[in-house]
Amino acid sequence: MSPSILLILLLILAYVGFYAGKKRAVGCVEGKVKFLHSLPGFYGFYVSLWSVIPALLITLIWLIVEPVWMTQAVTAQLPEEMINLPPERLNLVLNDIRNVVNGSTLATQSDSVILDAASHYESLQSLSHWLMAIVTIGLSMACMWISCQRIHQHYRARNAVEKAVTGGMVICSTIAIFTTLGIVSSVAYESFLFFQSVPVFDFLFGLDWSPQTAMRSDQVGSSGAFGAIPLFTGTLLVSLIAMLVAVPIGLMSAIYLSEFAGPTFRATAKPTLEILAGIPTVVYGFFAALTVAPFIRETGEAMGLSVSSESALAAGLVMGVMIIPFVSSLSDDVINAVPQSLRDGAYALGATQAETIKQIIFPAALPGIVGSILLAVSRAIGETMILVMAAGLSANLTFNPFEAVTTVTVQIVTLLVGDQEFDSPKTLAAFALGLVLFVVTLMLNVFALYIVRKYREQYE
Amino acid sequence: MNNPATSADLRADNKASTFDIVQKSLAKRRSAERRFKAYGLTGIMLGLMFLLVLFTSIIGKGYTAFVQTQVKLDIYFDAEWLDPEHGGDDSLAKADYNGLIKKSLSTAFPEVTERRDKRDLYAMVSSGAGFLLREMVVTDKSLLGKTVPVWLPADDDIDMLMKGHIDREQDQANRRVNDKQLAWIDRLSQEARIEKHFNALFFTAGDSREPEMAGIRGALMGSLLTLIGTFLLSFPIGVATAVYLEEFAPINKFTDFIEVNINNLAAVPSIVFGLLGLAMFINFFGLPRSTPIIGCLVLTLMTLPTIIIAGRASLKSVPPSIREAALGMGASKLQTITHHVLPLAMPGMMTGSIIGMARALGETAPLLMIGMVAFIVDVPTSFTQPSTVLPVQIYLWADSPERAFVERTSAAIMVLLFFLISMNGLAVYLRRRYERRW
Repeated sequence: MSPSILLILLLILAYVGFYAGKKRAVGCVEGKVKFLHSLPGFYGFYVSLWSVIPALLITLIWLIVEPVWMTQAVTAQLPEEMINLPPERLNLVLNDIRNVVNGSTLATQSDSVILDAASHYESLQSLSHWLMAIVTIGLSMACMWISCQRIHQHYRARNAVEKAVTGGMVICSTIAIFTTLGIVSSVAYESFLFFQSVPVFDFLFGLDWSPQTAMRSDQVGSSGAFGAIPLFTGTLLVSLIAMLVAVPIGLMSAIYLSEFAGPTFRATAKPTLEILAGIPTVVYGFFAALTVAPFIRETGEAMGLSVSSESALAAGLVMGVMIIPFVSSLSDDVINAVPQSLRDGAYALGATQAETIKQIIFPAALPGIVGSILLAVSRAIGETMILVMAAGLSANLTFNPFEAVTTVTVQIVTLLVGDQEFDSPKTLAAFALGLVLFVVTLMLNVFALYIVRKYREQYE
Repeated sequence: MNNPATSADLRADNKASTFDIVQKSLAKRRSAERRFKAYGLTGIMLGLMFLLVLFTSIIGKGYTAFVQTQVKLDIYFDAEWLDPEHGGDDSLAKADYNGLIKKSLSTAFPEVTERRDKRDLYAMVSSGAGFLLREMVVTDKSLLGKTVPVWLPADDDIDMLMKGHIDREQDQANRRVNDKQLAWIDRLSQEARIEKHFNALFFTAGDSREPEMAGIRGALMGSLLTLIGTFLLSFPIGVATAVYLEEFAPINKFTDFIEVNINNLAAVPSIVFGLLGLAMFINFFGLPRSTPIIGCLVLTLMTLPTIIIAGRASLKSVPPSIREAALGMGASKLQTITHHVLPLAMPGMMTGSIIGMARALGETAPLLMIGMVAFIVDVPTSFTQPSTVLPVQIYLWADSPERAFVERTSAAIMVLLFFLISMNGLAVYLRRRYERRW
């Protein structure tokens, strides 16, 4: 029986449990519902929860343990010489077996040992699924019966149900913590493995990046260099270009929208501008690679400059356009938060609107604006698709915006896309880069949020 | 200020009066004001102009992909050729349908005899056209033994020529369509046998190496499955978290820690979530690579902060009087929330989650990490089948060297933008329709 059918059966049991609990509760008081401690529905929910949650937990544990146990059982049945294979070869064999079971390789192509093992695997799997179904449904029914027995007139079903629901909500809200933990632990662990083969210092301050390692030890060729400085400078260069586009345009738009624009203009221009932030980055990447980059190259060549077809300038410009709404809407909020009394004071002294903005509002809003720019910078550093499609792969250590550069995110993507073995320094390097990216963006965000919050408190 | 008496009094003091200084500088200050205002307007106009350029560039490149050049050929469904051993369905499925097309082309152009010319002639019809014929025969066996005129997709180079992307005047050596093929095309178009028709394959086919056979159906289904899964996971969890943090949570270190975590996760680059998915879900838990299930797990973790933050904002906007009234009537805290607060906050929560879903729909980078970037022809039908999603399909096509993929990429972008704009439009509509000001 497949797990999805089991799930549907459990839902039906939950439904049955609800009515059983309700009926029993009403039966306890011979229909005089007002003598019950809780509303009848709560007794229904109480039984319903009991009949589903333990059964679901068992199913979950079963599904986690099952593959491990099955692999062991199948391995034990393999011929002697296969069991004694080195672990990675054994894994390949096991993968073959699983592929045959899933039907993703044609059974006729595999040899008889694999086929035997596959049929063994299949019979074990169906046995295990049947056992799981019987255990789960048995448990569900037993829990339903026991919880039904516990219902009496004074049973506090509402309190029990509310406790369970609150517990569920607490579990949901800890998911955020587990996500952060998951990110930190997985990235840090793989980086730790990476730093065992490449020293931290070489990684952070090395000037040469060519992550192609030799496949075999006797092979001639590159042994791999993991100096990340070219990636950091590339990221900085592209982010700088993006900020040069986004900050003036975004800031001026924010000032105009919050101080000069009439309500109708504001109501149309602001959401239209924010469309720019909603367009998927892959679209910007396509636009950068196919429209902006050739345009820049032609313009550059017309002026006698040599521009690479994947220039940092094209990627940076397009990324800047993407970031405009971030800067403008965050700064807009900050400028709006400046108290009206400051404006009125400036007007009373005879300042024009522009003078008020330049000399009163802007300085007052400056910390918040800096915070919003920092948030935009962290966005630019973490941006991936535009750069993957438009910035190129060559790790040049340069600050010339007309040359191709590569960035941290681009390298993470190129190192990890495709099938690689997971223990080579090449793939692990991506996690080390990911760690750097995570730490830098986290620090920027914490700092920016701190500034923004501190500034807000000033005027509240 | 413009009181002449005052200025006369001041002038009597025989000093440079403030009034004069102000009067003199006024013109300069006013022009500075106008300039400043113009800068602001320029900023907005530049932003809007970029948007316009982006849209016109995409639409200008992509609208031609919705039509496809097709060639009308009289195909004789030769039963002897397709199924010489009378093996029935099985051998019909494996038969050589491209042979039928070649025969038909030879009949239409009897003067072509040389091997190389023949190859050029056959290359004018898509190499995937045989599959279309097979489909026709398998669904309708009465075709066997008949001669039927069929519109078949032309090869992508011919398509590009017909759409004007290949220059006829160019030197033959640099042109992907040679002079003989040009002559055949001219003859076909005189006979009205080569025309541009609506490109239905684009919406019904999966991915293909041949641009004329490639469609977005597989990617759309992948996106749909991933999005459904993401919504089913992230909406309940997000709402539960928002309710807990806003209504139940005591103010202590633990709650603070959760809040800090949520705010930080909202700003973590999406590619880091991809790394998490790869290291945790694929390597540690051993979930199948390239499947929608793992895509929706990663996207759920990514969109949760958005949904939680929006949910809390809309819970906050429900006035406390509602809660007090319900509690006063003897409702428990949970009853107050489920019966009164949540229904009032629901439109705001839905708006927030639709915007979160729109972000998830356009997300590419984390899905590259978890292997949804494979070349997959089959249209996925379940959460555990390998699949790709629309943005990744766009990325893959953008990387393809064929000229015909450029317009298809743009067309796929148009479809993606259509979905995004409709989702955001729905969110705006929900906000306008159900938002209540207290």
